[in-house]
Amino acid sequence: MAAVMPQRRYLTWGSITLLLALSWVLPESGLLNPYVVQILMYVGINMILTLALNLVNGYMGEFSVGHAGFMAVGAYMSSILTVWVIPPALSFWAFPAVLVAGGLAAAATGLVVAFPSFRTRGDYLAIVTLAFNMIVKSVLENLEILGGPRGFLGMPRLTSLPWVTAWVLLTLYLCRNLVYSNFGRGLMAIREDEVAANLTSVDTRKIKMYAFLISAFFTGVAGGLFAHLLQFINPRSFSILKSTDMLVMVYLGGIGSLTGSLLGATIFTLLLELLRPLGLWRWVVGPLLLVLLMIFRPRGIMGLKESKWFIPRFGAGSRRS
Amino acid sequence: MAAMLSIEELTHHFDGLCAVADFSLTVEPGELVGLIGPNGAGKTTIFNLITGVFRISQGRIFFEGQDITRWPSYRITAAGIARTFQNIRLFKDLSVLDNVRLGGFARHGYNIWQALLHSRGFRREEQAWLRQAYELLERFNLTRYADTVARHLPYGEQRRVEMARALISGPRLLLLDEPAAGMNDAESQALIQLIRDMQRDFGLTIILIEHQMRVVMDLCQRVKVLDFGMTIASGPPREVQHDPAVLEAYLGKDGALAE
Repeated sequence: MAAVMPQRRYLTWGSITLLLALSWVLPESGLLNPYVVQILMYVGINMILTLALNLVNGYMGEFSVGHAGFMAVGAYMSSILTVWVIPPALSFWAFPAVLVAGGLAAAATGLVVAFPSFRTRGDYLAIVTLAFNMIVKSVLENLEILGGPRGFLGMPRLTSLPWVTAWVLLTLYLCRNLVYSNFGRGLMAIREDEVAANLTSVDTRKIKMYAFLISAFFTGVAGGLFAHLLQFINPRSFSILKSTDMLVMVYLGGIGSLTGSLLGATIFTLLLELLRPLGLWRWVVGPLLLVLLMIFRPRGIMGLKESKWFIPRFGAGSRRS
Repeated sequence: MAAMLSIEELTHHFDGLCAVADFSLTVEPGELVGLIGPNGAGKTTIFNLITGVFRISQGRIFFEGQDITRWPSYRITAAGIARTFQNIRLFKDLSVLDNVRLGGFARHGYNIWQALLHSRGFRREEQAWLRQAYELLERFNLTRYADTVARHLPYGEQRRVEMARALISGPRLLLLDEPAAGMNDAESQALIQLIRDMQRDFGLTIILIEHQMRVVMDLCQRVKVLDFGMTIASGPPREVQHDPAVLEAYLGKDGALAE
């Protein structure tokens, strides 16, 4: 066992370094054309969204259908900062902080949503998040100062493949750490049997709140990345349709699985891109896929399973003492 | 000497139906008290009231001198009252190890930030609980099932996982809800021994709901008999067994089936 540990550590750090290096070199050197780079960035942003939503819908087993609302909050917050507050000369260096600010704004909104929904049990979260998504969208449509329905623009293009890669890795790392801790096991216990979880001393209300806020935070960060990639956002980008996409990615890849989240985001993003010739009909694919998945494979490709790479050595189980 | 648990005049209704009426019970440290009575007598309801599953509208409960009447379940469990369930309630899609570890939730000494960063303190704590979980698995003969998903376990093993999960929380009072349900003679004999050993080794006080009379007779120093939510008898099991009210409750008015 002692021999295995350092080896795996080198492999992990090696692949992280390689990934980051490639994400910088490939676009810079022109080996990947800008279109492909763009798609890869979408894949990355969707990975963050899926990992975040999976915490709530997959691990915790609650049903949030309005995460696009958090994405909107993150996107607008970070855009306001880069367009109005931060001088252009500094914006490149301030970008990580800007994204964190967007995430924090989303988490703060999450607090407002979570507080009433977690006081009661059952399906309230679905209804509350649905309403929340609609409220966010119509508030943004009516805020003339933010461009109203026409949208908000003028953001510098700060999102690049290395940044996206770094944030995917960070999200993955923190989600993994959460999942393989007492808090993560508590979340899964809530999914399995909430009353029994309470009776095994799990403070369910507290950890539901933690999971929801962390989820909202990363969704907000993804929103910031999205806004500074497109350099233009409008309220329609964050409609229920966007939330549906996130749900499809979670349930396609697999609930309660980090590997599944990455897989679901990749497959769905590429699929939508390949289906571009279909035009408007493309938007039928998401909801249709969701219905089919719910019927035929409700747990998704990797449901409740995990690739060995993501399981920390001490958290796994029996073969260690 | 203060009582470990004292329940004062507990009454509970379900939509007008009286499930528990004016129930009082005092349990001293180290006791093993039985709660018996026909189906629907309100025994499990009492457990649910003690552990905060149902809101208490009338009556009060004290545990080690603290008024726990309005406490939420997780706090009651963390304070030292653990339980098992009549129809086993494991976290079915989690491994046996994770099920047992979850019992120690409240006693894990790290916060959310330490968990997110997998800090040194976090690792030390996780390792300590892993060891403790394995000790209990070993004790309950479950080590080889550590990685098995709980739903795939045979029934008897599932019951033992529940007990291990309850014990890892470090309880002083253990509530066992029909632990012998569905067991044959040999199995319930082994269970009796297991409960005795647990009580001795962990210094437990136990309240036991049980239908199998032999288990009750063998284990309990005294029992309370419930029928339709009312306490109809209490005392040492051998005396209670011949109480006319008890015979009537179990066998009908004529007692035609009495030995």
